[in-house]
Amino acid sequence: MSVPNASEYIKHHMQHLVFGRLPDGALGLAHTPAEIAQMGFWSLNVDTLGVSLLLGIVFSCLFAHAARKAQTGVPTRFQNFVEWMIEFVDGSVRSSFMAKNDLVAPLALTIFCWIFLMNMMDLVPIDYIPGLAEWAGLPFFKLVPSTDPNATFGMAFAVFFLVLYYSIKIKGLGGFLGELTLQPFGKWGLPVNLILEVVNLISKPVSLSLRLFGNMYAGEMIFILIAALLPFWAQWVLSVPWAIFHLLIVTLQAFIFMVLTIVYLDMAYQEPH
Amino acid sequence: MDINATLIGQTIMFILFVWFCMRFIWPPITQSLEARRQQIADGLAQAERGKHDLELAAKRAGQVLTDARQQAAEILAQAERRATQLIEEAKGNAREEGERVLAASRAELEQQIYRAKEDLRQHVAELAVSGAEKILRREIDARAHADLLGTIQDQL
Repeated sequence: MSVPNASEYIKHHMQHLVFGRLPDGALGLAHTPAEIAQMGFWSLNVDTLGVSLLLGIVFSCLFAHAARKAQTGVPTRFQNFVEWMIEFVDGSVRSSFMAKNDLVAPLALTIFCWIFLMNMMDLVPIDYIPGLAEWAGLPFFKLVPSTDPNATFGMAFAVFFLVLYYSIKIKGLGGFLGELTLQPFGKWGLPVNLILEVVNLISKPVSLSLRLFGNMYAGEMIFILIAALLPFWAQWVLSVPWAIFHLLIVTLQAFIFMVLTIVYLDMAYQEPH
Repeated sequence: MDINATLIGQTIMFILFVWFCMRFIWPPITQSLEARRQQIADGLAQAERGKHDLELAAKRAGQVLTDARQQAAEILAQAERRATQLIEEAKGNAREEGERVLAASRAELEQQIYRAKEDLRQHVAELAVSGAEKILRREIDARAHADLLGTIQDQL
């Protein structure tokens, strides 16, 4: 729809459905941006949580179904697909993760599939779900969890904790601190080393999450702009090519997140050089 | 960019999904993949072995066939030899039998000739004696010349 008030339309589409403490003290859903801003940190984006939970369950159930039916005979088509995915992820892990770890491959699979599904929500026509939500009485609904920095940072932090955990587990606390402080300039350059290495360390989760967030947010924004600024009969001229191109981004971003996770964990395993 | 408690919720959810995947999805599928790989490798090896066995069997069958053919030829040759032998034997037997029959009939013939001669001689002797008797009845006592007559009879 080409809406008369484009900026209102865009703002409406950028709002999350937030649950938290309302100004009058009761718990409930925020109905205006002001209420959301007033809720502060202790509030929940119900749409992000709900959609990502749903997609996570979809992924888990499909793959668990395939895993339960797993047999060595002639595989069904679906089993074939799941096995293809597994071998693809396994190949990625084997090519960049040298150590032996039973966590990394399932982690990578979950990351890839979950992020892929979350990103795919971007291809649902953007007014369907918010329209449905409005009809159901919800003030806002943002369908794509990966355009919410909470979701991308949530995953990136989990990966970051794993990096810290394995760094300390493999190298020992001393080894890990030594890596932070004693290179690249030796012990006399300790403060500089510390600053460089801490920035290096922190940049991992930040870049991981912001890359995904930025790509998906921008993609979503372009869909919203197309929908806001063009009349409905002309939208396909831009939205279809963008959706096709976006398919590539959707897959690529999921893949990049997965590969970088593997690489970071591999670095956590490696001895300082 | 508004960070709120969703972050914590997402982190927990992520950890749970990863745990679920690690516990219930990854191991069974990779195990079944490995098992299938093994099965296929076994199958291929078996097929290879089967092919090899087939080759061996074909070779052996060929050998057996040649042996059988050779044996058959031998048996045939033997049978032919036996047949000619039998024919030769039969011929020999027949010739012998014929000769024997011939000899027997010749002997009988001779015997009959001899008997006929004998009879004839007897007859002649009797005729001679009865002739002589008729002549001598008038002159000599039969009794006095009986031994003379006997000797004549013997000499005949």
